[in-house]
Amino acid sequence: MTVIGAPKETFAGENRVAMTPQSALDLQKLGYECIIEKGAGTAAGFSDNAYKDAGVKIVATAAALWKEADVVAKVRAPSTAEVKKFKTDQTVISFVNPAASDKLLEASKKAGSTLIAIDMVPRISRAQKMDALSSMANIAGYRAVIEAGNNFGRFFTGQVTAAGKVPPAKVLVIGAGVAGLAAIGTSTSLGAITYAFDVRPEVAEQIESMGAEFVFLDFEESSQDSSATGGYAAPSSPEFREKQLEKFRELAPDIDIVICTALIPNREAPELWTADMVAAMKPGSVIIDLAAEKGGNCKLTQMDEKIVTEHGVTIVGYTDFPSRMATQSSTLYANNIRHMMSDLTPDKDGVINHNMEDDVIRGATVTYKGEITYPPPPPKIAAIAAAPKKEKAKELTPEEKKAQEIASFKAATKQQVTLLAVGGAIMLLIGMFAPASFMQHFIVFALACFVGFQVIWNVSHALHTPLMAVTNAISGIVIIGALLQIGSGSWLVVILSFISVLIASINIVGGFLVTRRMLAMFQKS
Amino acid sequence: MFSIGVSSAAYIAASVLFILSLGGLSNQESAKRAVWYGIAGMAIAVIATVFGPGVYNVFLILIAIAAGGFAGYYVAGKVQMTEMPQLVAALHSFVGLAAVFIGLNADIELSSVHDLIAAGGNQDLLTGFGKKLAVKDAVEIAILKVEVFLGIFIGAVTFTGSVIAFGKLAGKVDGKPKQLPGGHMLNLACLIAALILGIMYFNGAGIWTMVLVTLIAGFIGWHLILGIGGADMPVVVSMLNSYSGWAAAAIGFTLGNDLLIVVGALVGSSGAILSYIMCKAMNRKFVSVILGGFGGASGPQMAVEGEQVAIDADGVAAALDDADSVIIIPGYGMAVAQAQQSVSELTKRLRAKGKNVRFAIHPVAGRLPGHMNVLLAEAKVPYDIVLEMDEINDDFPETDVAIVIGSNDIVNPAAQDDPNSPIAGMPVLECWKAKQVFVSKRGQGTGYSGIENPLFFKDNTRMFYGDAKASLDLLLQKIS
Repeated sequence: MTVIGAPKETFAGENRVAMTPQSALDLQKLGYECIIEKGAGTAAGFSDNAYKDAGVKIVATAAALWKEADVVAKVRAPSTAEVKKFKTDQTVISFVNPAASDKLLEASKKAGSTLIAIDMVPRISRAQKMDALSSMANIAGYRAVIEAGNNFGRFFTGQVTAAGKVPPAKVLVIGAGVAGLAAIGTSTSLGAITYAFDVRPEVAEQIESMGAEFVFLDFEESSQDSSATGGYAAPSSPEFREKQLEKFRELAPDIDIVICTALIPNREAPELWTADMVAAMKPGSVIIDLAAEKGGNCKLTQMDEKIVTEHGVTIVGYTDFPSRMATQSSTLYANNIRHMMSDLTPDKDGVINHNMEDDVIRGATVTYKGEITYPPPPPKIAAIAAAPKKEKAKELTPEEKKAQEIASFKAATKQQVTLLAVGGAIMLLIGMFAPASFMQHFIVFALACFVGFQVIWNVSHALHTPLMAVTNAISGIVIIGALLQIGSGSWLVVILSFISVLIASINIVGGFLVTRRMLAMFQKS
Repeated sequence: MFSIGVSSAAYIAASVLFILSLGGLSNQESAKRAVWYGIAGMAIAVIATVFGPGVYNVFLILIAIAAGGFAGYYVAGKVQMTEMPQLVAALHSFVGLAAVFIGLNADIELSSVHDLIAAGGNQDLLTGFGKKLAVKDAVEIAILKVEVFLGIFIGAVTFTGSVIAFGKLAGKVDGKPKQLPGGHMLNLACLIAALILGIMYFNGAGIWTMVLVTLIAGFIGWHLILGIGGADMPVVVSMLNSYSGWAAAAIGFTLGNDLLIVVGALVGSSGAILSYIMCKAMNRKFVSVILGGFGGASGPQMAVEGEQVAIDADGVAAALDDADSVIIIPGYGMAVAQAQQSVSELTKRLRAKGKNVRFAIHPVAGRLPGHMNVLLAEAKVPYDIVLEMDEINDDFPETDVAIVIGSNDIVNPAAQDDPNSPIAGMPVLECWKAKQVFVSKRGQGTGYSGIENPLFFKDNTRMFYGDAKASLDLLLQKIS
């Protein structure tokens, strides 16, 4: 039986764990046996007993776990010590950051094990359930606001109390990715006035849907089409950046809390909140820089530290927000892992079927069968459909409009005159050959057609079915033809007309009754 | 007994009443009066004819009218609103058949009158229609023959075409387009054969030619409609409606009866306009509908990306609870599942909570023009919240939830986005612009036309799988 195990995280201060009792139950349903290192879940609030109750075997040491498990699920990238424990054909799933982990990939390749980078899961709808970056970013966004509140000396929401009036806090969220949106949601639900900014104009709608106000820049050609970069932001032009900083500078004195989440994949975080903006903020204001790990959107940020500037602005540069909410983040992360495993086990038989043809699995796999498989080929389907470039409708000048109207009027006149002329010619032609008795009837016919066309155009769409039913009923008028013939001397004619009268009567009575039934149903509220 | 003058006056009155009757359908309130105009017109016309000059065998007439009237009464009282398309198609076939019989009769009379004249018999013995025929000169007889031919031909096409349309709509005949080998060439050959027979008849070849024309035209009607898919039925039904009118008009010419001509022309033009409106609503050419199948697709269609995300009743109920404005888009699937009552109940409950609930009706939703309106009216949905496509299409961006119930092609964004789609350019309801879209659909398959619908793969679309009625009833339990 395939054994899947989660060791205790070795990284200092990491509280998360890659397996929870709940996810273990789900994994067992897929046919796996679960093991966990003793005490691995303690920091995340899951006791060994809880695991035991879920049918998970407790292993005393990390070494024993690495030895026993065929699949190892971790949170942080394997440390140098852990890589040494890799076995041939062992599958390891964790955050990897393969772009900056050559040594790890090399070591994994040498060991002949399969390394799956959960942070490389492509951003397509199908893979959302295992997108650990998003689930962790969501937590980080939430926690950032909580952390800000913790360091902020005032209420978020404005209040008028017996003891005096309290103004609402003003929060600016920079970057509206998953973390940014989560921060916006948390901040607005706490009652703060929230502003948000992003270089991708199409997220304005998402920002507004979360209850924040989008900070608009007055800048032409600012539009980045994020579909070209798989939904991520790309670096912006110097002119655009200048405009952006100008706007922030204008906002800075008013803003109480800034939450920076702006990141560009595989680059240093852009500097968006400059020292002079920090200086312009009121004492007691708070900056939470979620980009601290990549250098921070504010250059005063110190990674993993909380500092207070000389005039009293708190800058928080923690990078372990998810770990600070270990119970929540472990639950979500373990679910991401579980979904990954269920994609790896399509038959639910506890046997891994590593399908390298699958975009998601291929994308996330960085070493496989003794080879480095990073970077993956571009996925077969684009993450987001490219927005069709819209052509602007040309503004017409009044003269052009007028000319157009005249032209269309002329065309309509021409059409009508042609129709009348052709119709008239045909009538004339018929009139030249047909006898007078026919022409009398023909006039009636032509006029009736004309009246019919005029009348029917006014029938409302909703009444088309009753219209059909009523025309059906009145086309039962053929009964008159049969009535005129039924008096014939020929028995064949009598029989045929008898049948005609019969079925025409069905038509008349049935058609009118059903029309009445329908019309009676139309009611106004 | 009425004189000719009185019956002519009655015919004028009947014509006016019929025109008023159709004109009254311009809105729901005046329509209720309009149907009575129609009934009155018909009663006047029939009474004036029966008791007018040249009509005999009144006893037989009364029997036939009584029997037919009873049958009509029975059917009209029993029919379900969802079966309306079938009923309309069936009624069309009756008009066609009657027209064929009357045409044949005219020819029988004509030849017997000729025989009589040739034998030097007493023309005063002729009764009714025969008397009229006896005084016609050669040119008039020639024209009469053309009229007989037209009446029979159109009548027979209408008859068999309507029978097949009935079969398809009632599900008794497979709805997929089918054709015999030879396809439209076969139809063309038949048409030419019918024309040749017509010319032979014109030159005095006798009644057998007309019987053959009846059979051939019947075949054309059958084969033509068999080749048209179920989704095009609104056009077919309105086209047959038009044909039944033209058949009546042709008979009117044959018999020299102006009332028949007027009514036939009214019905014919009404059907023609309906067909035009339906074609326009599908952005199809009338000819290509008649010739069947989808044409004109050039190049590959856009591939659909993403996946269909399912949702359960709880999810839909929660979203509806949060929504302020809701637009419901019903389609043929609602009629099939008989879900209109549940839809109405849902509407009632949502409205009771103060939500703005409206309906968006595409012109070709259902299998008959205006089909959805009738179903919703039956379920007591007030008609002032049931809106046409043009009235409501701009409101989708401000709408919280759009619910698509059993419609597919009429909400297909490919019509706008994909120039290679078979339905490219067809006006569609832009429901995807609503904040959230729920699609109640039986399974993951494509619709009647077999076109993939990118709407189902959009990020703001959730699929509410299951029989429309069953899923709505489930939903109703969650919304109190």
